[in-house]
Amino acid sequence: MRAPPSYEELTANFDWNVAERELGYRPKDPVNIAWMCSDRICQLGLSNKLALLWEDYQGNEKRFTYDDIRILSNTIAQFLCGQGIQPGERVCLFLDRVPELYIGFLGILKMGAVAQPLFSAFGDESLRVRLADAGTSAILTQKKHLYKVRKIRDRLPHLQHIIVVDADATSLQEREIAFAMELAPRVEHFFVYPTTAESPSVLHYTSGTTGQPKGAQHVHYSIIAQYLTAKWVLDLQAEDIYWCNADPGWVTGTSYGIIGPWSNGITQVVLDSGFNAGRWYEFIKKYGVTVWYSAPTAIRLLMKEGAEIAQKHDLSSLRHLASVGEPLNPEAVLWSQELFGKPFHDTFWQTETGCIVITNFPGMPIKPGSMGKPFPGITATVLDPKDFEPVNRAGVAGLIALRPGWPSQIRGYWNNQAGYEAKFKNGWYLCGDRASLDADGYFWFMGRDDDVINTGGHLVGPFEIESALLGCRAVAESAAVAKPDPVNMEVVKAYVTLKGGFQPSDDLELEIMNNIRKRLSPLAMPQEIEFVSSLPKTRSGKIVRRILRCKEFNEPVGDLSTIMED
Amino acid sequence: MDEISKVVRDYIIREYAQEGDDREITETTPLISSGLVDSFSMVSLLRFLEKTYEIHIPDAAATPEAFDTVERIVALVRRFQKAEVGFV
Repeated sequence: MRAPPSYEELTANFDWNVAERELGYRPKDPVNIAWMCSDRICQLGLSNKLALLWEDYQGNEKRFTYDDIRILSNTIAQFLCGQGIQPGERVCLFLDRVPELYIGFLGILKMGAVAQPLFSAFGDESLRVRLADAGTSAILTQKKHLYKVRKIRDRLPHLQHIIVVDADATSLQEREIAFAMELAPRVEHFFVYPTTAESPSVLHYTSGTTGQPKGAQHVHYSIIAQYLTAKWVLDLQAEDIYWCNADPGWVTGTSYGIIGPWSNGITQVVLDSGFNAGRWYEFIKKYGVTVWYSAPTAIRLLMKEGAEIAQKHDLSSLRHLASVGEPLNPEAVLWSQELFGKPFHDTFWQTETGCIVITNFPGMPIKPGSMGKPFPGITATVLDPKDFEPVNRAGVAGLIALRPGWPSQIRGYWNNQAGYEAKFKNGWYLCGDRASLDADGYFWFMGRDDDVINTGGHLVGPFEIESALLGCRAVAESAAVAKPDPVNMEVVKAYVTLKGGFQPSDDLELEIMNNIRKRLSPLAMPQEIEFVSSLPKTRSGKIVRRILRCKEFNEPVGDLSTIMED
Repeated sequence: MDEISKVVRDYIIREYAQEGDDREITETTPLISSGLVDSFSMVSLLRFLEKTYEIHIPDAAATPEAFDTVERIVALVRRFQKAEVGFV
């Protein structure tokens, strides 16, 4: 048998039309991600192949074949059309990792609407900000999350349809409607909306340093990159059982938790459960998971629980391991090699790239702690922050930058084109991260280039947290910064000054933490609050987060003269 | 149910259970693995325990496994209450 092509061979002869050909796409033809992931797979003769094996924390299991997800996504699409929802409208998925989330995603795309997945742990304020910005007209949710929607719906005039997937109609109020996917009449045939390459598909919200979160606008053509990167980097093969830990409320959960595996006709497993080391290992063993795409935070939590729990389970089915979200530390790579007999392959990408762009490619020697090399077809470099020219010297830090034009690059930020254009300099797209290159062309991550906090692989914007802190009764001023953390890489720390009449106390700290957790999300909750008498400010009164961040990281602050004059 | 169990359970219901979530929370209900409390939210629960019982629970002991039920949390509190007075 001929060995698979090496990274060097694939890079030398690369053209994205490899993926176009394999997916049967011809330029200018209609292309619809949902059709590609369900109907097309059935047409390839895989109707009876399992697409989704789902299990909840209590061990309840559901199985869906490719024909099931084709028909059920038709059913959802037809239901949405019946509600009067039009192509191009934004339909939010605000669900735990239940089957309706995965299949609903396809249903929304099939009828030409834009899927807006949001993390179900978001509090009402995080939800409101994102739905208001997108002008979202419908939301699919569960009974347990309905109270958050009810709190904010009067402030969301566009939100006309609140679809509850697990409620009976008697408990619902105005604008709310019950829809039980598996009990609804199955729709065998549905006319899939003829979206084209540049039609909007998914709207994922991501955080920046300034302002509220931005809606990253993806298009249907993104499937070209998501299909090929899933196949080559995650090394997906026909018989694989694939597990992606990520929640589809975040981009990994859609690019590689739905589109990547299903466009490749792969069987994927989903565990709708919180973290539990023993349970996770049992899940791998039970379903014979072969390819596992996880995150450094999860890996470090597993490390913290110890090897003994892992050794109680037969994990020999695992064939390929990959990781995303934040840099994978060398210790985690070595731990994995020792425990599973194979290393985790770190991958780097972000909401805006839509697909993996720098990676430890299968078969390529892994340098533990390195991000790897650019995916074939991606031109990546490190730029000098002063002139935005490539550094071209090994070991010198700079800004990670990509040449625009890969298929899954976002086409803009919703309602914020200026913000999108600001991401480009000198013909390069700036990722907002710093790295260096070594003499072999491997990238080495160094940190964010802005004030955004990367916690547990998710980006959290300081502005959103500070705005919420100001809504706490005792808080006069605040600054949210990253603080190093052994498990989550970074966590949120808040510096707070108090209004007159309030004194620092443990009770007040806990009250503020819980307030932010409920209104925004557990990710955004400050893990530490430091009460201070004043915050560092520029001459014009702008808070200088950099001073506080440097204090947390024990780094020199550097020259602040320009900043302080601002 | 003893006093610590009651205090911990009441706090979890008040602070973490969602309005529409009709799951009953007992001493053995999974908290972390059910997603009721996630690993980030554990920090505020930890802070509550430390404040209420005037104990210090080190990071190494504050694992998702140790926080997965009210029963286990109570055992953790007891262990560090003893540690505070020098029994361990």
